[in-house]
Formats: sequence, structure tokens, C-alpha cells
Amino acid sequence: MVESGTTLEHDADLVTGLRARDETVFTHLVDRWGPTMQRAARGHVSTDAVAEEVVQDTWLAVLRGIDRFEGRSSLRTWVFRILANTAKTRGVREQRTIPMSSLLGEGGPTVGADRFRGEGEDYPGGWKQFPAGWPADGSGEHRVLGAEVGGVVSSALAELPARQRSVVALRDLHGLEAEEVCELLELTPGNQRVLLHRGRALVRLRLEDHFGAAARWGATP
Amino acid sequence: MSEMTCEQLVELVTDYLEDALTPQARRRFERHTALCPGCEVYLDQIRVTIAEVGRLTPERLAPAARDRLVEAFRGWAADERR
Repeated sequence: MVESGTTLEHDADLVTGLRARDETVFTHLVDRWGPTMQRAARGHVSTDAVAEEVVQDTWLAVLRGIDRFEGRSSLRTWVFRILANTAKTRGVREQRTIPMSSLLGEGGPTVGADRFRGEGEDYPGGWKQFPAGWPADGSGEHRVLGAEVGGVVSSALAELPARQRSVVALRDLHGLEAEEVCELLELTPGNQRVLLHRGRALVRLRLEDHFGAAARWGATP
Repeated sequence: MSEMTCEQLVELVTDYLEDALTPQARRRFERHTALCPGCEVYLDQIRVTIAEVGRLTPERLAPAARDRLVEAFRGWAADERR
């Protein structure tokens, strides 16, 4: 049973619960890992609806296999591995095998070349103008921007190509480690970093656009 | 060896934060940010960006999808008991 969220942290309890057909254990896991699984599946297939089916198929495979689960990895790792395989199979069937070069997105710089001094100038490759500071509350590790930037950040994420969005969301929102993301999305460590880099840079740029616009509005009499 | 330019540094920010730079490149990166206010701000804004993404609420499963999962679970549980 789920009691004040403390008893379900141990894999053994979770596995026992699932084997006992305990629905509360199942829904607890679905609520806890489901959004991450949906996000990861979406990195392999082309629509939210297909990603939902992948998540559904994964849970069915988990239930069918739970009696044979030997606990050599954590339950979560095992479930995520089934998800990665299911999603990959589905992605292949969708014939969505796009060359990695195009999955990584455009190869151009993440900060426009026009922001830097050219070859003939003093300090080539240096900033023409330093990026303007952002208005943040708090200090040090605890600085936060105003509540209104939530909308800016989520539309920036929505704007990203699917794989970049999946990587940024899994790492920075769902809090997964790089290795987990590589396994879920079948990425090399280098490609994971490229996707993360491009995605984060675009979100930063949209925040910069937002504060730039805000500063201009503020300056208007 | 020539120093790292700002234009090069901004493309290495993720490798730096992921600890994927060689020790030598890491030293050059840190030497640059220590001296360059623009790159210091840039690196800092990437950190703030990461934190802001982390403050979003993760999407929940669509209620209909969750219902279908619970239904599938019940079907499986009933089947297995038979």
C-alpha cells in the first residue's frame, strides 16, 4: 500500500506489490515514471499519440515480465530499458530513421556570428557587446527569474526539434543523468551533449529576447 | 597555444558543465571566464536557464491515457488470477 510516500522507495517492495497485482503500486509507478517515459518515447516517435501507445505497450510488457524480473538492475532501469526497446522498434516501423546528422539539427553556431568581432577587427572572436544581465531575485545558487518567464521557457522548449526537446526536458526538468538519457534515447554521450547544448542555447536566447524586449518596453516613456 | 575566443567558448559551455573537456581545455575555459565579463555572464545565464527549465512542472500523463493503463492493469491482474 502507498502510505505517506515513504514505503515505496525500495525496489523489492515495488516488485512484490506488482506481483501481488496491487493496483496502488502500479498507479504510483505510472504517476512517478510515466511523464518521463512519455517524454523519452516522444524522442523516438513522431507524435504524442504514438508515444502514448509506446508507454502503454511498455507497461504491458513490464507486467507480463514482472514475475521473471530478477533484480539484476534497478526496477526503474529495467522499465526504462523496455521503454527504449519498445520505442525504438516503433520508431523504426514508422520509418523515422533519420540520419543522426539531421537529428542533431543545424550545424551552425548557437550564438550568432554577428555577436562577435570579425577577423579584421581587434580581438577577433570577442564579444562586440557583452550579453546584458538579467533581472534575478535572490543570490548565488538560489537566483530565480520572475514567474512570468515560465511561459517563455515552455514555448522555447516547444519550439525545439523533438530530440533536443526530449534531451533538455529529461535532463533539466525530469532530472535524469546523462547516461540514463543516452540509454533511453539511444544516443552516444557526444550526441547527447550536442543536443543538450543546442537546446539549452535556444532557451537562453529566448530568455534574452524576452528581457531585451522587456528592457525596451521599460525604456519607452 | 592560442587562447580561447569568446566565440569558441560559448560553444564549449555544455562540455564544460558536463565535465567533458580535457583538463587542458578546462583550464583555458576557466582562465577565459575569469577574465572576460561577457563570457562570465553567458555561462551564468546558461546556468540560470537550466534552473528555469527545472522550475517548470513536468507534463502529467493525459488522464485518458492513465485510465487506459489502469484498465490494462486490471485486465492483466484478472487474467493472471484465472
